[in-house]
Formats: sequence, C-alpha cells, structure tokens
Amino acid sequence: MTPYLIFVLKRFGQFLLVVFLGVSITFFVTHLTPIDPVEESIGAITQMGQSDPNAIELMRQSLRELYGMEGSIWQQYLHFWLRLATGDLGPSLSAFPTPVSTIIMRSLPWTIGLMTVSTLITFVLGNALGALAGYYRKNMVLKAVSLVCIALLPIPYYILAFVLLILFGYLWPVLPINGGYEMNANLNLSFALVLDILEHSILPALSLILVGAGSWLIGMRALVSNIITDDYVVFAELGGVPKRKILRSYIARNAMVPQFTGLAMSLGAIFNGTVITEIVFGYPGIGNLLISAVHAGDYSLVLGLSALSIVGVAAAVFIIDILSPLIDPRIKVE
Amino acid sequence: MFTIVRDLARQNLEFLCGLLLFAVIVGFIILSYFSPYAPTDIYLLPPDMPPDGDYWLGTTSRGQDVFWQLTTALRNTLYFGIGVAFLSRIISLVVGLVAGYAGGAVDRVLMAINDSVMVIPQFPLLILFYFVLKDSMTWTTLIVIMASLGWSYDARLIRSVAIGLKTRPFTTQSVYSGMSMRKILVEEHLPYVLPIVFATTMNNMIWSIGMEITLSVLGFTDIETPTMGMMIYWANAHSALISGVWWWVAAPVAVIVILFLALFLLSMSMNEYNDPRSRLNRMGS
Repeated sequence: MTPYLIFVLKRFGQFLLVVFLGVSITFFVTHLTPIDPVEESIGAITQMGQSDPNAIELMRQSLRELYGMEGSIWQQYLHFWLRLATGDLGPSLSAFPTPVSTIIMRSLPWTIGLMTVSTLITFVLGNALGALAGYYRKNMVLKAVSLVCIALLPIPYYILAFVLLILFGYLWPVLPINGGYEMNANLNLSFALVLDILEHSILPALSLILVGAGSWLIGMRALVSNIITDDYVVFAELGGVPKRKILRSYIARNAMVPQFTGLAMSLGAIFNGTVITEIVFGYPGIGNLLISAVHAGDYSLVLGLSALSIVGVAAAVFIIDILSPLIDPRIKVE
Repeated sequence: MFTIVRDLARQNLEFLCGLLLFAVIVGFIILSYFSPYAPTDIYLLPPDMPPDGDYWLGTTSRGQDVFWQLTTALRNTLYFGIGVAFLSRIISLVVGLVAGYAGGAVDRVLMAINDSVMVIPQFPLLILFYFVLKDSMTWTTLIVIMASLGWSYDARLIRSVAIGLKTRPFTTQSVYSGMSMRKILVEEHLPYVLPIVFATTMNNMIWSIGMEITLSVLGFTDIETPTMGMMIYWANAHSALISGVWWWVAAPVAVIVILFLALFLLSMSMNEYNDPRSRLNRMGS
C-alpha cells in the first residue's frame, strides 16, 4: 500500500469515530433523560389539535418502535444504529406520516447552496484581502478594510444579522428580508425564479461573509508577513521580479496551503452560523427546519437533523483532510 | 503579573483599549449590585418611556428600567462566560498536558476524542439538549454542557507545547529525581502553558457568550434570568423595533459589542505578547 492510501484509511477511521461518537451522544442525550419522549411528543401533538384516537395510537406505536423502547438501553442503541444505517429515520411527528428523510431533503438544497457559495466567497475574499494587506503594509485603504473586518470578527452572528436586517429592511428597504423566494412564486425553473432566489440570498450570505472574512484575513496576513522576510522573496525582489508576480506566484501560493487546512476547521463553525442566519432571515433551509421541529416537539425530526449535521460536517472535514496532501507537498503522509 | 500588565498597557494600544472597555463592563457589573429594582420584577414602571433624566436608557414594554436591567443582565452573562471558560480550561489543561507528556497510545486515544469533539456541530447539539431538558435546563447545566464542548481546540494547542517541554532537559531531570507524572505536569509544565491559557480564556468567553446570546435570543435557555440574550428575546417578543421602542434593542446590542470588542482586543494583544516574533515586529516598526 502506498503511504497516501494508509493516510486516507487512517483519516477514514477518524471520520467513522467522529460519526460514531456524535450519533452516540445524540442517542444517549435523548434516551437518558427522565422525560418519556413518546408521551412528550404525543402530548405536543394532541395539544396542536390532532385528536383522532386511532392516529394517536398508531403514532404511539411507531414512536415506541422508532425509539426501540422495548429491551435494555443497549438493545435500543443497536436498534437505532440499524435503522440509521438503512437511512430510515422514521416518520415525522408534526407532519405524520411523511418520512423525516423526505422533509429533510426538501430543505437541504437551500442550506447546501447558501453554505457553499458563502463559504467560497468568504474564503476567496478573506484570503485575497489578507494577502494584499500583508504585502502592501503601508496602504491606508487596505489597513482600513482589515480593521473593519477584524472589528466585525467577535460580534455574534445573531447580532450582526440583526443589524443588517435593520439597515436593509427598515432604514433602507432595498432587499427582501425574509424567506428564500417570493411568496406565491411560480416554482418552475425560470430566469425570474433564479433571480428571485439570488436576491433573497444576498442578505443571509452577506451576514455569513462579513463574520467569516475577518478570520481568514488575519490568518493570511500573518502568514504573508512571515513569508515576505524569507530569502527567496527577498532574492526575487532584488532580482527585479514584478511585485505583482512576487505576490501571486511566490507568496500567495505558499501561504494558501495552511489556509486550506483551516477551511476544514471552519466548516463546523459555519454550520452553526447557517442555523442562526436561516432563523433570522427565515431562509427555508435545515436550520429553520430544526427550530420549527423543536417548537413542534417533533422528536424524530430533531434526532434526524442532529445525526445528519454530524455526518455532514464530519464528511466535509474528512474530504478536505484527504485533499490537503495533494495540494501541499510539505504535508507528509506517514 | 502586575509588571506584565503595565508593560502591555504602555506598549500595546490594543491592550490598553481592551482594558479600558473591560473597565466599563466591570463598572456596569459593580453598579448591578446597587440596582434599585429587582431584576425579575415586571410592570414596576411606566412602560415604553424613551431615555430621559429619570430613566437613563428608557423603560421596556414590560415596565422595567433598561439601564438597571442591563447591568444585571451583563453580570449574569459575564459570570456565565467565566464559568464556562474556567471549567473548560481545566479539561483542556488536563487533556493537553497528559496527552503531550504521556504520548503513545494515551495520546492517540485522547487526540481521537479531542478531534471528534472539535468537529461535532455544537449548535444543533445545544438545541438538542434544550429540547430534551426543557424546564430542567438551568444555567449550571448549560455551563457544564458548554464547557464539555469548548475545550478541544485549546487542548491541542496545550499539547503541542507540552510535547516540546517533554524533550527539554529539565523534564528528564525531574523524571530521574523521582517526581511523579502528576507532580511534573503541575509543577514543571503548567507554568509554561499558563500564558496560552490566559489568551485562550478570552476566546473561549467570546465563544460561550456568543452562544448564550444566540440561544437566549431564540428562547432556548432559562428565560427568567435576565442575560444579554434574554433582553433581546423579550424585546423581540414584544416587537420592540416595529413599535418604535428602539432603545430596548439598541442598548443591549451596544453593550454586547463593547463586551466583545474588549474581550477580543485583550485576547489579540495577549496572543501577540505570547508570540515573541510579533512582539519583535512591533518594536521594530
């Protein structure tokens, strides 16, 4: 076996461990509480108006089965894994009997779309600004931009999103502040719909970008200011290589490598951010779904979403981890 | 300790700004003990009064004085942050030092757990905890949960320093003179990692307070204790912005930004202080 293959296998083992631990935590948190999830859920449903006794009995049975309430906790645990492995997350309670996976699949594309695009923009923008700010240290404009980015960094997502909402929703109402598309929009694929969706995603994406760009900027600026004192850069400068070329091919390329590793670390945090952003802007992704599931007392949906988010984040980190040796020759795979 | 603070304040503008902002926060907290109103009492004062001489920051739609409620809320939020930071520092110190010193299988197991905690999405998990605990979700429980989620990154940092310390001659000497592992870690290695611990404390507080605010704003905590997030929660619940009671939202948002700037500036300048290369850079420029 090549060293790279061994490395990938090792990382895959790590990925499995993360999923195992994460899903186990989810399971035990929901099972070691004094509250009976089944009766709790039934109570929430009946409160919401559902009162057909047959439907409730059916629900109670499917819930008992879903949680595997029979047998010892270890048997239940095993049962839970078997169901999860086959992708069966059980029926949703608030939209009984639609399967949880169907409901999640409806919201997932929104979150993935918003998250990928804003993460990429944040990454490119933050690193480009950081590289420039690190190389042209005396430039006042770059200094001001970095200062603003850094000042935004510690502010919680919610507060920043809220400020954006006030600015563009009330003070200068130019952008839609709620939802993923216009109400009663024709959901057939058309140019107008794409435009509409884009317009609705500007504010949520902007809030994610504003919060995220600062940390990339700081990291990149520090990396670049370390590299510019390296011999090969000094040599290139003395040899009269154009500044632009030095920055692009000599400095930025080398500094990018650790940043790619950092991308993996940030994915977990960005997932947290998406949840909040979606709630503030009423974006129809899984963050919004999670909150409404909590309010509706929909146990199976909450459980399914938590498991999915753990698998998703772990998979993203795994993929970036195994890609990083291909990008960076300095990372040794043993 | 005092000389470090003095030197930092003299040489480092960020540190000085951070310290001043933090002094404002501490001032607020001291004031909270002199609050003329009980923090949880509602409908004591005329509601929706704009800021004036009597009510410095106005009153809420629930008949509370914004200024005095803010002091108590800030106190609770900060104590929460300190609680989480303190507990999670202990975990990260133990894990980091032991993993770095012991090496081998112990290190591999600890780091496998560490890396798993690092990538688990915290926010859905916190919501899950609230979902399960509901009314039995107290601040103490939340502190413990947050602390057990927030140690992994710093444990890695501490471990990397501990690995370096292990190869230094003084460690070998301590081993040969018969010191136990616990003693070596506490008496020999701990002082070297303490500066890092101080810097990461600020970052941890930024993270935990941010989470508290977000969870509270959504109503996913104990909503009776006034905290920064809780004030915004109630303001939202009464649609303060739409009905024009802007001071109810603006005041906590402004204080939150001050608090975060203070913590961030302190953490950044302490990080720089810990890194000799950037300290040299500063002197050179």
